[in-house]
Amino acid sequence: MSRIIEIKKLNKSYRTDKGEVQALTDINLEIEEKDIYGIIGLSGAGKSTLVRCMNLLERPNSGEVIVKGSDLTKLSDKSLREQRKKIGMIFQHFNLLMQQSVLDNVAFPLEIAGTGKKEARRKALEYLETVGLSEKASSYPAQLSGGQKQRVAIARVLASRPDILLCDEATSALDPQTTKSILGLLKEINSKFGITIVVITHEMSVIQEICTHVAVLDHGVLVESGTTDELFRAPKTDEAKRLVFSGSEHIINMTSENVVRISFHGGSAYEPILGNIILEIKTPLNILYADTRTVNGNAEGEMLIQLPPDEEKAKRITDYFREKGLDPKEVESNAYRQRNSDDT
Amino acid sequence: MLTGKEILMILEGLRDTLIIVGLSTVFGYILGLPLGIVLAVTDKEGIKPNRIVYKTLDLITNVLRSFPFIILLVVLIPLTRAIVGKSYGTGATIVPLVVAAAPFIGRMVESSLKEVDKGVIEAAQSLGADNLTIIFRVLITEARTSLLVGATIAFGTILGYSAMAGAVGGGGLGSIAIRYGYNRFQPQILWPSVIILILLVQLFQILGTRISRKLDRRK
Ligand SMILES: Nc1ncnc2c1ncn2[C@@H]1O[C@H](COP(=O)(O)OP(=O)(O)OP(=O)(O)O)[C@@H](O)[C@H]1O
Ligand SMILES: [Mg+2]
Repeated sequence: MSRIIEIKKLNKSYRTDKGEVQALTDINLEIEEKDIYGIIGLSGAGKSTLVRCMNLLERPNSGEVIVKGSDLTKLSDKSLREQRKKIGMIFQHFNLLMQQSVLDNVAFPLEIAGTGKKEARRKALEYLETVGLSEKASSYPAQLSGGQKQRVAIARVLASRPDILLCDEATSALDPQTTKSILGLLKEINSKFGITIVVITHEMSVIQEICTHVAVLDHGVLVESGTTDELFRAPKTDEAKRLVFSGSEHIINMTSENVVRISFHGGSAYEPILGNIILEIKTPLNILYADTRTVNGNAEGEMLIQLPPDEEKAKRITDYFREKGLDPKEVESNAYRQRNSDDT
Repeated sequence: MLTGKEILMILEGLRDTLIIVGLSTVFGYILGLPLGIVLAVTDKEGIKPNRIVYKTLDLITNVLRSFPFIILLVVLIPLTRAIVGKSYGTGATIVPLVVAAAPFIGRMVESSLKEVDKGVIEAAQSLGADNLTIIFRVLITEARTSLLVGATIAFGTILGYSAMAGAVGGGGLGSIAIRYGYNRFQPQILWPSVIILILLVQLFQILGTRISRKLDRRK
């Protein structure tokens, strides 16, 4: 595996009427070839800014954006354009040419690359087939549904044969069903063409569905990054915990004393651990929350358990978990504070 | 009733008007379209911001547009003479019309191009399109219905100006209406000329709207 994107010490601020807005602070990030790399954070965290720095739609104030070995910030306009052809991007609002047919939209990057109109259209049709939309070739974008528009946008981006695909909230305007099918298509593109994908989202479910790696942005700072499995199993920062536990926050808000979280994979559920604990330690356990979810195709379970107030018993219970290879994590109540409601 | 000679005169006036307005619109666009493109592109929100270029063209455009047309006509007499050889008649009307229309057209083109969705422009940039490609393949094509509506407005405005040019010896229906209808008080000539002018504006308005609606793929 080799490194395809590397961001070093990146800073970005905007000058506005009300003064300077620091959008990104000292970002360091590495993305390997063929990863599906998620970047998650609340609204205004700087996700879009970060991904737009990866093809220099946004120029950072300082730092390096090294894509396939060359620092984009140091390229001439012309070489930057050449590089951009290899860094595709899709958007929340699709950004198709509304006055051009679906076919001509897909032919557009081919024509930029110097392919003749006829040949460009022929190839464009093949890419439309890839995304399952060849029958819409002569339609116009306004006649398509959101999911179909995003497919056209994906076909258009594939037509320039990119090595990297940046997705800025590409499914945020779509319903859950359509989101699933677009995510499926992205996954397919990743495995079939070996395209590295960067996914920006504010929805944990998107990360869960397709990302191999994930980075968490909080107020312009990259607070945590690693594999998706790691993040779900053992989120370290408050921000990451908030995102991972977002489904269980309301329960915790009610009772937040003495809570531990255990997570397990498919294999660890052979033994009725909870049952044994209750029998052995002779104390009732309060299960606050339990859920299983699929992270990248693997079943993952998590459970929030309230320990008895008796410290001695509580210790025996956590020891028992440890013995069984489950790592009970103390949960601080503030990790579950209600998430800001502005994450739309 | 109109005599045959008068009818012929009105028809000739109509022909001259069409020539004057048609050519003025064409030349107006030859100057105004690039002007509008440069204004839209060099604006600080444009694809290649350039403060100096924008401010300069902005100023020139504003100055020319704030001249009352009738004054422009007089001021430009030397220029008209230099280009057409004389300062009255059909050909001579075109020069001040173009000078008046170009900045007006430039502004309309600028505002049409600025209506194009920023996201679509960014998508093209992310695909590696250069600025010329973006101008011709994105800005102009995406804005084409708005540009066409602008063109019909330009045509109507130039038609109005051309009638004014009649006052200082230009050709066309406007000049006939003023010379015969106003100066010599012959309402039987004034009214048909005016009505034909109104119908012309209507006709082009309807035609423009219809074509632009037909070309619009956003629905
Ligand atoms: N062009 C701009 N001018 C000024 N400030 C900006 C600009 N773009 C972004 N910002 C600011 O930078 C910060 C990060 O914005 P950004 O769009 O990257 O957030 P985001 O994580 O993508 O949010 P969302 O989920 O709402 O899309 C915000 O505070 C925003 O107000
Ligand atoms: Mg965003």
